[in-house]
Amino acid sequence: MHHTTDPNLMVNLKINGIPVTVPGGTLILDAAKKVGINIPTLCYHPDLKVRATCRICLVEFKGQKKLRTACSNEVWEGAEIITNSKIVRDTRRTVLELLLAEHKPDCLQCVRNTKCELQRLAKELSVEETSFISAGHSFEIEDQHPAIVRDPNKCIKCGRCVEVCQDVQQVSAINTAHRSAEFEIGTPYHQKLDQTTCVSCGQCIAVCPVGALYEKDDTGKVQTALDNPGIHVVVQIEPAIRVALAKEFDIMPGNITPGKMVTVLRRLGFNKVFDTRFMTDITSREAAYELFDRLCNNGVLPMLTSHCAGWINFMEKTYPEILNHLSTCKSPQQMFGAIAKTFYAEQSGISPEKIFVVSIMPCVAKKYEGARTEMSASGQRDVDAVLTTKELVKMIKHGYLDLAKLEESEFDDPLGISEDDMVICGSSGGVMEGAVRTVYTELTGYDLEQFDFEAIPDLEGAKEADINIAGQVLKVAIVDGLKNARVLMDQIKQGSSKYHMIEVMCCPIGCSNNVRQPFGTTAEIEAPIYQGHKSPAVLTLYGKFLGNPLGPKSQELLHTNYIPQYRK
Amino acid sequence: MSKIMQLISANCGKIPPGSVADYVQFGGYEALKKAFNMQPIAVIEEVKKAKLLGRGGAAYPAGSKWEQLFEIEHFPKYIVCNADEGEPGTFKDKLLLSQDPLRVIEGMTIAGYVFGSHDGYIYIRGEYRDIQRVFQTAIDNAAEAGFLGDNILGTEFSFRIHIMSGAGAYVCGENSALLNSIEGKAGRPRIKPPHLAEVGLFLMPTLVNNVESFANIPVITLLGGEQYLSYGTNDSGGTKLVCLSGHAKKRGVYEIPFGITLRDIIYDPELGGGITGDKNLKFVHLGGQSGPCGPAALLDTPYCYKAMRSNGLSVGSGAVVVMDETVCVIDYLKCVTEFFIHESCGKCTPCREGNKQIYHILCSLSDGQATKQDLQTLNKLTDTMTCASFCGLGQTASVALTTCLKHFKAEFEAHISRECPAGVCNFSKGRGE
Repeated sequence: MHHTTDPNLMVNLKINGIPVTVPGGTLILDAAKKVGINIPTLCYHPDLKVRATCRICLVEFKGQKKLRTACSNEVWEGAEIITNSKIVRDTRRTVLELLLAEHKPDCLQCVRNTKCELQRLAKELSVEETSFISAGHSFEIEDQHPAIVRDPNKCIKCGRCVEVCQDVQQVSAINTAHRSAEFEIGTPYHQKLDQTTCVSCGQCIAVCPVGALYEKDDTGKVQTALDNPGIHVVVQIEPAIRVALAKEFDIMPGNITPGKMVTVLRRLGFNKVFDTRFMTDITSREAAYELFDRLCNNGVLPMLTSHCAGWINFMEKTYPEILNHLSTCKSPQQMFGAIAKTFYAEQSGISPEKIFVVSIMPCVAKKYEGARTEMSASGQRDVDAVLTTKELVKMIKHGYLDLAKLEESEFDDPLGISEDDMVICGSSGGVMEGAVRTVYTELTGYDLEQFDFEAIPDLEGAKEADINIAGQVLKVAIVDGLKNARVLMDQIKQGSSKYHMIEVMCCPIGCSNNVRQPFGTTAEIEAPIYQGHKSPAVLTLYGKFLGNPLGPKSQELLHTNYIPQYRK
Repeated sequence: MSKIMQLISANCGKIPPGSVADYVQFGGYEALKKAFNMQPIAVIEEVKKAKLLGRGGAAYPAGSKWEQLFEIEHFPKYIVCNADEGEPGTFKDKLLLSQDPLRVIEGMTIAGYVFGSHDGYIYIRGEYRDIQRVFQTAIDNAAEAGFLGDNILGTEFSFRIHIMSGAGAYVCGENSALLNSIEGKAGRPRIKPPHLAEVGLFLMPTLVNNVESFANIPVITLLGGEQYLSYGTNDSGGTKLVCLSGHAKKRGVYEIPFGITLRDIIYDPELGGGITGDKNLKFVHLGGQSGPCGPAALLDTPYCYKAMRSNGLSVGSGAVVVMDETVCVIDYLKCVTEFFIHESCGKCTPCREGNKQIYHILCSLSDGQATKQDLQTLNKLTDTMTCASFCGLGQTASVALTTCLKHFKAEFEAHISRECPAGVCNFSKGRGE
């Protein structure tokens, strides 16, 4: 067996007798795809390391008795691989049956029904039931966490969540424990998930192939509010989620416009539909003034952005000693809640108790953020419910609405006015870029032209830029993913950070990689130059209500402080 | 002619363990001195000529393993001794570690010299806590006498040995799981390739050999590979420590030359001396829990790798567990399976789930609840575990069952008809109760 991992050398092999030539180092799985052969997988995930533990993707190497996994074995010159022999088919089915014997078979009640990788495999392999004795587990479903539910009865022990939590995010709230029959995936020392280092990033949900991990369902709560005529339900929505929506309904992304999403929400019964981007403008403006203040008054630098909810959780739990670097700005979601129950209540003449604020976000950590007790500037919970894109999909399906056929409508005023039809917060760089532009304009009187980021050497998911402002150099950085962010945070702890401002997004590749995406989408979003600080609606809100950025009113409503969560 | 031949166990029980002076007096460290005057590749040549097959159980040719590692030009390289002797019915490494530790140390040191390695690790099972102390004393004494540490015997070569303790997991005897455990990770096997010779301990090229394999290295170095080979058979060089247990009169560890028969091991007056109570032998379980069971009809098989394999048997770790006619095959297999249910690491599906399902069926057999369909299911499970499991543990966990299904099929069928030929199983529960 001659292996080459050199991708410059081409390797010739045969798969089911079909000749194929691929670069050295190619996995059998990928080589087979090239000739139209899909090998079923389960524990494999293209974004994660290969574990080869589920044993579904087994193939036969001609002349060898033992089957091998296509996800972990690379091609070699002269290999003859068989993917559909009797022994391969029989073994695959037996392995699947063994998994099904341990898996709670309540598909109709399951959140992943019709979207479950195990269910799909069973269908593909025509396995209707297991011939083995079912374990009939009745483990407790863990639902104390504000955002994430764990159902060990569904877990197939593939280990994807463990890897994403330990290696990708380096949070280590989920791990493996025990051996053999007792082998399980759970939390360290059986702590409740919300007692662990979990930051609610939801990456575990995004990679779970079955219904063992899922977000809390708040659609019932929202529907109850919608059904109550005495309650005025307002919703803010991030227009960028339409890409994910389109995929979920199997229509071209271009066919779902923000205008159609507004119509959908109105038909579902929401009284007012607002665009989150307006609040992003406010957040950028507040962050700009905070940065300006820190720069001018010897404040704590670098300033770290604070609009990503998972990131805040991570800082409170992992870097409690440097919380003073975090911007005190609330996230756009929480600013929206606070403004909706004060300014908007005043403007519309509706008592804040009668207003139910809903936020539709591409993120489960936003549920955690909404439930934070300190987020009650209006005297009550500012944001009453947070729905993920998946939950919105559920509501649209419950409403039997045909998204493709809906007419366009406009976002509501006054919180519905935004600059242009553009998407910026959500792909990394939004809030910081807005803040830097505002600072630039304040200091120079001119608009900042496009500025370029360069990758930070030896640090994945991170980039930096030097911005020349009136002879001073402002050093900024953007980093995605908590593992990568740790490097920059350690620099701050050691006093060696050279930056003035760092924007952090908790998830790798920013929000587009969070669970809002229906499994595996990684669409990057292109954004035009952002000039949110010049938005007339923003200026109006400050003129009529808030006064000055960082002023007493905005301190009261739009800023927060952080609570160190030292591990016991 | 005696059926015992002591190439590696001669010192055991004769000299104080760890005494360098005594060890040297009985020829100890002559091999290391000889090796120092040889080219490293020449030592490997002797190991190849000796046809030393790995004594841990997998019987991988040690010479090839050494040659592969030698060809890798990447340093540092590590020498690791697998002393996680967890295979039930196996207690031969225990003998060497506790009674002649310096021989193992000398073998590791020669390997260190051959590969230009400066650090060796010995992973001793946690249950051998007292032996770990004995072994540490031997290391300290060897270092004091100049046989370990810096500039061994005044040469440029420096070598240290570190003891790592296991913590009770059988799967850590699997070499890659063992390395993970040394590194402080959970003891679960690694994906291969890459092989440990390329990416081993701390991701560096690594040699992992069993205690008994290392103990043979000084003998091979001193005698030369050809002479060593001549003590055994053409395909299996030298001697083997066998661990005789179960219903044998004289249980214990014996060093035997390859080629004597299983019958010799069990019945020879110098060795097992027959079955306790002079009962009839039912079967013999060979090479550990993961090894095959052979019936009395195969007792004349010569004990060497090739002949055993061609009769569907195996040398494995050297365990020879004798079971007499009072034993019920189903009952015995339940014990074997319970062991694997406890010891599977749990990461791959066939091993984690398969052992459990096998156990369910064995229980229904011994309760008189099983059907013919269950025997088919057993076959389906053993086939899948054998060809689909992640590591050797799962691939071999059902070997005892497979061989019993072959040799004792009638006994399985009798249980389906609610009869236990050995009278062990209790069928008082009605069918379907």
